[in-house]
Amino acid sequence: MQFLWAFLVGGLICVLGQLLIDIGKMTPAHAMSTLVVLGAIVDGLGWYEPLIEFAGAGATVPHGALAELERDGPIGVITGIFEVTSAGISSAIIFSFLAALFFKPKG
Amino acid sequence: MANEKKKKLTKTQQEYQQLAKAKEPPRPVFKNCVRAFLFGGAVCLLGQCIMQAMIVWFGFDKEKAGDPTVAVLIFLSVLLTSLGVYDKFAQWAGAGSAVPVTGFANSMCSAALEHRSEGIVLGVGGNMFKLAGSVIVFGTFAAFVIGLIRALFGEGGGS
Amino acid sequence: MLKGHQSWWFEHRPMIRAAATVVGPEEGRGPLADDFDIVHDDLRLGQDSWEKAERAYLEEAGKLAIENAGLTKERIRFYVGGDLMNQIVSNTFAARTWTIPYIGVFGACSTSMESLALAAQLADSGAADFVMAGTCSHNCTAEKQFRYPTEYGSQKPPTAQYTVTGAGCAVLSANDGSGGPVVTSATIGRVVDMGIKDPFNMGAAMAPAAVDTIQAHFRDTGREPGDYDLIVTGDLASVGYEIALELFRKHGVPIEDTRFYDCGLMIYDRSKQPVGAGASGCACSAVVTYGHLLKRVKRGELNRVLVVATGSLLSPLTYQQGESIPCIAHAVSIEREE
Repeated sequence: MQFLWAFLVGGLICVLGQLLIDIGKMTPAHAMSTLVVLGAIVDGLGWYEPLIEFAGAGATVPHGALAELERDGPIGVITGIFEVTSAGISSAIIFSFLAALFFKPKG
Repeated sequence: MANEKKKKLTKTQQEYQQLAKAKEPPRPVFKNCVRAFLFGGAVCLLGQCIMQAMIVWFGFDKEKAGDPTVAVLIFLSVLLTSLGVYDKFAQWAGAGSAVPVTGFANSMCSAALEHRSEGIVLGVGGNMFKLAGSVIVFGTFAAFVIGLIRALFGEGGGS
Repeated sequence: MLKGHQSWWFEHRPMIRAAATVVGPEEGRGPLADDFDIVHDDLRLGQDSWEKAERAYLEEAGKLAIENAGLTKERIRFYVGGDLMNQIVSNTFAARTWTIPYIGVFGACSTSMESLALAAQLADSGAADFVMAGTCSHNCTAEKQFRYPTEYGSQKPPTAQYTVTGAGCAVLSANDGSGGPVVTSATIGRVVDMGIKDPFNMGAAMAPAAVDTIQAHFRDTGREPGDYDLIVTGDLASVGYEIALELFRKHGVPIEDTRFYDCGLMIYDRSKQPVGAGASGCACSAVVTYGHLLKRVKRGELNRVLVVATGSLLSPLTYQQGESIPCIAHAVSIEREE
């Protein structure tokens, strides 16, 4: 059942992003920044944890890299600034760097 | 506020903008949303399957399975970007490919690949966060502000 | 000679001695593929970067144009050229290779006609015996500089255009009576800005500049649309083209007296190729003019053509700073001589 909810919730968050781009006329970067701020608010309201329980990857995958940040609060964010590189950001850096060494853009 | 912006334009400019708007082919919003829903949902579903695999086959517990799942998805996205196919999906999927963490990885990988011609340090290192930077900055700052608000006003709504 | 407010009338009718066009794979899949001298099936041409590849396209076109003119590069007095890259490096580095005295110009996608107009003026006034005009563009360098890395997955709106990968060069000289296409007049455009801000809708930004220059051309030369067999704009593409037609209607310009079309719509088949609203890029108007239109003039299908190249003069910085997109259009008339 969680599989179905993962699909639905994940899909809906993407639709929200699509609306920001098509109707809000935002660039992808603007839309993503907006979503991530909304995510922080949702987490601030305490709705994020239950959403994860419910939809699993449907909630964490759209948020991916920044999920940890949202749980640690302001002091955590400042003091843990070097721990802020979550699995998401670290793996993106490592894999992207390796890719740049071995691949060329195709155009 | 929209009228203030319009006041800076002359009448000819305003009239022209109306003409330009009338001639602009509309974006297929519904079609794009359906595609974003399907593709984004599928990516999250894949994430869910990977998470299950992590729990069942690799012995991660539910709390910790999120990290390796994200890493696998990022790896797949980097691979598809490097093979030159991720951008082809994106034209179809729109936000469905941009919003999930795969989009984040694509933005970093594509920038890294593109700027390799400027060297590893200044090119790859200096440009990798060109597109992803905004999301990280805003995510961090938003988390900070929200956390601050929570700390000042107590947990959740109503204690 | 000066004609009217902003136009030149070339009394000595300098001839386009030869031209050469080199294009990339997408252009090779388009309807005009057979009219181009060289079609590459590869965007990179074995180079380390897209920028070096763009340079290679231009160097090839220039070399071929000079060969086609039966000359050597030492005999070319001046080279007038420009492109979309910061500091127009594709042209400066090509000029370095050629060692031809170089006049670099920036007109974005209007560079083809801007450089042709200047070259024709040099030839007509006797300031040069042989002069070359050229320009180039490359899909990947344009995406990298103006928009996003080429492998980035962003969805383009239907108004977005596809930058042509290619280069076009033309060698001009004084008219020696041997016939062929000659340049008879040129109108230098003004910068026109109607407040359009969307860099993914260049057509809407450029249409007013094209119409402004075309009207100026008719005013200055005393000509009318019916005097031309064909009037083409550079790269307005589907959206800009429709707007231009509407603007002609509004201003009472009888454009229906001639055939009016757009290079951006001619070079690709929009129904089969993933090119959005149509083509853009400096090379668009250059390769269509020097490759396709000149051949039609030589064959006698066209006697008098007006090519109006259009350019958007924005930079990624001005866009981020909230500025609108100023545009310009330059017109050159090319005629057939027996």
